[in-house]
Amino acid sequence: MATVAESERTLYPYVTGSSVVALKYKDGILMAADMGGSYGSTLRYKSIERLKPVGKHTLLGASGEISDFQEILRYLDELILYDNMWDDGNSLGPKEVHSYLTRVMYNRRNKFNPLWNSLVLGGVKNGQKYLGMVNMIGINFEDNHVATGLGNHLARPILRDEWNENLTFEEGVKLLEKCMRVLLYRDRSAVNKIQISKITEEDCTVFPPFSLKTYWDFSAFKNPTAGAPGSW
Amino acid sequence: MDNCLDFNAPHSMGTTIVGVTYNGGVVLGADSRTSTGVYVANRASDKITQLTDNVYVCRSGSAADSQIVSDYVRYFLHQHTIQLGQPATVKVTANLVRLLSYNNKNFLETGLIVGGWDKYEGGQIYGVPLGGTIVQQPFAIGGSGSSYLYGFFDQAWKEGMTKDEAEELVRKAVSLAIARDGASGGVVRTVIINSEGVTRNFYPGDQLPLWHEELEPHFSLLDILSSPTPSPMDI
Repeated sequence: MATVAESERTLYPYVTGSSVVALKYKDGILMAADMGGSYGSTLRYKSIERLKPVGKHTLLGASGEISDFQEILRYLDELILYDNMWDDGNSLGPKEVHSYLTRVMYNRRNKFNPLWNSLVLGGVKNGQKYLGMVNMIGINFEDNHVATGLGNHLARPILRDEWNENLTFEEGVKLLEKCMRVLLYRDRSAVNKIQISKITEEDCTVFPPFSLKTYWDFSAFKNPTAGAPGSW
Repeated sequence: MDNCLDFNAPHSMGTTIVGVTYNGGVVLGADSRTSTGVYVANRASDKITQLTDNVYVCRSGSAADSQIVSDYVRYFLHQHTIQLGQPATVKVTANLVRLLSYNNKNFLETGLIVGGWDKYEGGQIYGVPLGGTIVQQPFAIGGSGSSYLYGFFDQAWKEGMTKDEAEELVRKAVSLAIARDGASGGVVRTVIINSEGVTRNFYPGDQLPLWHEELEPHFSLLDILSSPTPSPMDI
């Protein structure tokens, strides 16, 4: 009897997305993620959209198992649908969606069958900006800038240094691109096809995918072993 | 979650390495990524190492193991060259690599491709995979990225290529592998060895062709947003 239940637990992820990086700026939230879906160490899918709008006021970015992310989008679709059916002029904001997702993630973790994702939630409602994160074991928090996966180690130090409350859209985009470029250099599962999205009080835009230029023009790179044959 | 930054993970060169013979010599190629778990420890490493003036080796697998094997081979070869009184042959070099790999097979985790030119047999490529087998081949591929190149070489390899054709084949192959193997990346390095000597080349990403689902790189999204899209009645 227990063996039937065993086969329905997620043991390890199969198709995974890498880091998501997000920050608050003057008008709202900016979020970035690459479009890669890795299958182990193979970069199998290169057009996976990991940033999705939810309702009117929220943007959801996901890293980790893509199938679990797709399931979460289904849950959220239902949530938004029921909210709209009340037809009472009220609509779920980012805080509420974050709270819902935290409960879902934590309860799945308690049943030893987690949704293998780290989620970033951002949005603006009634002039209040909100940016938070929840992961597969139910840890959740909000902050002025967040990142998942390797982004925590590589992007957040840059954000801690260079973020300020009054970033314009252009400054925010440039800062996010700086973080994504470092991830491109230093994260094995990064793919050079990036989507940036912004959400403000008025609307939510997911920009079309683009690639970043990378820099290799250092003399030290051209001949690294010139002084020491056999080194790397 | 399990695959997080583990700085104590052994440095492994996920890698794509390639060696190809042509009419007159050999072309060796490799990517430049060395990773510690998921972190890229070195994005511009040099995996094509010199063993002697006319023989080079492409290294894959454990960075430490492949470096120590090439260091030992360089040391023994140096003594051998002095005793012999002339440059070592590619075959002798490859055999030395084999002896070290085979006799220490329980400790080492490294796959190597030895390539060079000598006056007796011209350009030769020898593959020395895990375990210490030695096999002479018209072309050899190795490393984790090579999985993606078997089909490519089955179709694209031809006998009797020129130097430029061979180099382009190597550059294309490594670039294709980099596009699909997370453990390979960075720049493409090639080394051409023939009777005239040795030429090193360096190809960063912007000098390589774009493959499926890859886009033209830009400095920033802002450049794309600010360039005007043509409207229907514009001439």
